[in-house]
Amino acid sequence: MRLNRSEIIFKIIAYAFVGIFAILALYPLVYAFSASISGKLAYEMGRIVLWPEDVNFIVYKEIIYDKMFWISYTNTLFYTVLGTMWSMLISVTGAYALSKKKLVGQRMFNFLVVFTMWFSAGMIPLFLNYKGMGVDNRWGMVIAFGVQAYNIILLRNYFTGVPKEIEEAAIVDGANEFQILTKIYLPMSKAALATVTLFYATSRWNGYYWSRMLLRGAHQQPLQVYLRQLHENYQKLVEYGSDVTIPYAADSLIYAIIICSIIPILIIYPYIQKYFVKGVNLGGVKE
Amino acid sequence: MKQEVKMYNGRFKEILKTIIKDWRLYVLLTPMVIWFFLWAYKPMGGLLMAFQRYEPALGISGSEFRGLGNFQVIVSGVYSSRFWSAFRNTFLISLYGFIFGFPIPIILALFFSEIGSAGFRKITQTITYLPHFLSEVTITSIVLMLVYHGERMTGVVAQFLYNLKIVPEGTKIMDTPNYFKPLYIITGIWKEAGYNSIVYFAAIMGISPVLYEAIRVDGGNKLQEIRYVTLPGMAPTLIIMIILRIGRMLSVGYERVLLLYNPNIYSSADVLSTFEQRIGIIEGVYAVGSAAGMFNSIIGFALVIAANFISRRVSKTSLW
Repeated sequence: MRLNRSEIIFKIIAYAFVGIFAILALYPLVYAFSASISGKLAYEMGRIVLWPEDVNFIVYKEIIYDKMFWISYTNTLFYTVLGTMWSMLISVTGAYALSKKKLVGQRMFNFLVVFTMWFSAGMIPLFLNYKGMGVDNRWGMVIAFGVQAYNIILLRNYFTGVPKEIEEAAIVDGANEFQILTKIYLPMSKAALATVTLFYATSRWNGYYWSRMLLRGAHQQPLQVYLRQLHENYQKLVEYGSDVTIPYAADSLIYAIIICSIIPILIIYPYIQKYFVKGVNLGGVKE
Repeated sequence: MKQEVKMYNGRFKEILKTIIKDWRLYVLLTPMVIWFFLWAYKPMGGLLMAFQRYEPALGISGSEFRGLGNFQVIVSGVYSSRFWSAFRNTFLISLYGFIFGFPIPIILALFFSEIGSAGFRKITQTITYLPHFLSEVTITSIVLMLVYHGERMTGVVAQFLYNLKIVPEGTKIMDTPNYFKPLYIITGIWKEAGYNSIVYFAAIMGISPVLYEAIRVDGGNKLQEIRYVTLPGMAPTLIIMIILRIGRMLSVGYERVLLLYNPNIYSSADVLSTFEQRIGIIEGVYAVGSAAGMFNSIIGFALVIAANFISRRVSKTSLW
């Protein structure tokens, strides 16, 4: 295939734009890592632009001995693992039922789910409801949050596309709904399940606002809240210059915690990329 | 009459029979229904407080009815100047977000589809999708530090902007109202543009190669190819995305704003959802806060329905 001139120019622009955009998108993260391992003086003099200087790992050592860091990290793991399992359980069973034409009231139940994508009670009624229902502890956070209409619809659409012949054969063999779901639908929907699991897990891992508003006690707070609180305190520290005695720059510690908080995402991310790309498109936006 | 009742009873029995026969299906359905009832629909009852002189001690059932009084204090009463400022900011952020943020994922998708080297494309796609998966706290912490300027420290991006004279030397960017909206929108582009390109990329990949060949045979250049093949091929996706955008025009999320703003820049950064949060949850005036939230939700809902209706008329593409 021969390219004409306009196509060549267009290709050059495409490579340049995409390349620059990717560099800009990655830069803050690379910088965060460099800043976290750079020496205090070099950092505060503003010498760090891309690569680290006076490389040291003092802040990471600091983090390893920080009890609150580990408590909040464990809490986040708890919320992510149990929360994702809870969200998946409700979504998968619900989506399966919604995908069945024989379900009495199928249209109504579908509508009830979809409606929540477009209309919400709003922050204050939600807040008072959580308060009234006693959502102020770890289990409350797991149970009362995390189920999203969009993900249910995504799963439902996928389930609707599972070929009916296999299911009919299974029914002839005497399989019931539970068996059909676990033995036929789930094994055939791996991509959709992986996508939705990823969506739920990242939203649990990243959750901040409601944890901070509802949870009593610092020992229940997730990592995001801990990170934010440190950031708020350190901004004051930097302002008043009272960190002269600390052997690292205040920012380095925050950057280091950011790096620690995104490492799990960075590790898992490349493996599931192919799933979510598929998943995003298969969910579509059709009701 | 009698016969109708009989028929009704007959149908009812039939329905009951299928429910009993497929009882397992309803067992599977129930957890989801209960979940949505408890955590999505039950709170909607709380919206009644928007029409009350709500006292937390008395609850919804015990509080005095106030009619539209709470809406009145927002629109023209003591809260009106803050409310309209939040309204204006919400609208402007959405508008600028649309003008600057909406085209970028489309352009990215167009360019991704143009890149012949699978390796280069894969790497750049992987990188640009990544920020979507990071938390708002992470993203905003980085942004705040990058543009920080204080006695002892200047963030690297702030320094860069000073050097290029884009921002006057020594300006505290996060305390200057004028810089909030651009910063918010750039943060949004960084986090979501790559990820949002996925849908458009898939749409472009779905266009039949035959169409491209046809326009090549006719001697079309690249721009004509985009104009007559690519864009029409993406049209349904584009329209759906625009409907979604319009529907969310008045719902600028509160989390990122709460994390980025501070009292010095409320005048340009406060949006409806953060206004609701401050009045309601921080200041504890629940009724007025939820009236503001309800106002927001209803307009948002009306916008989705209107945009959907128009698009169905004009292009036969719609959400439902």
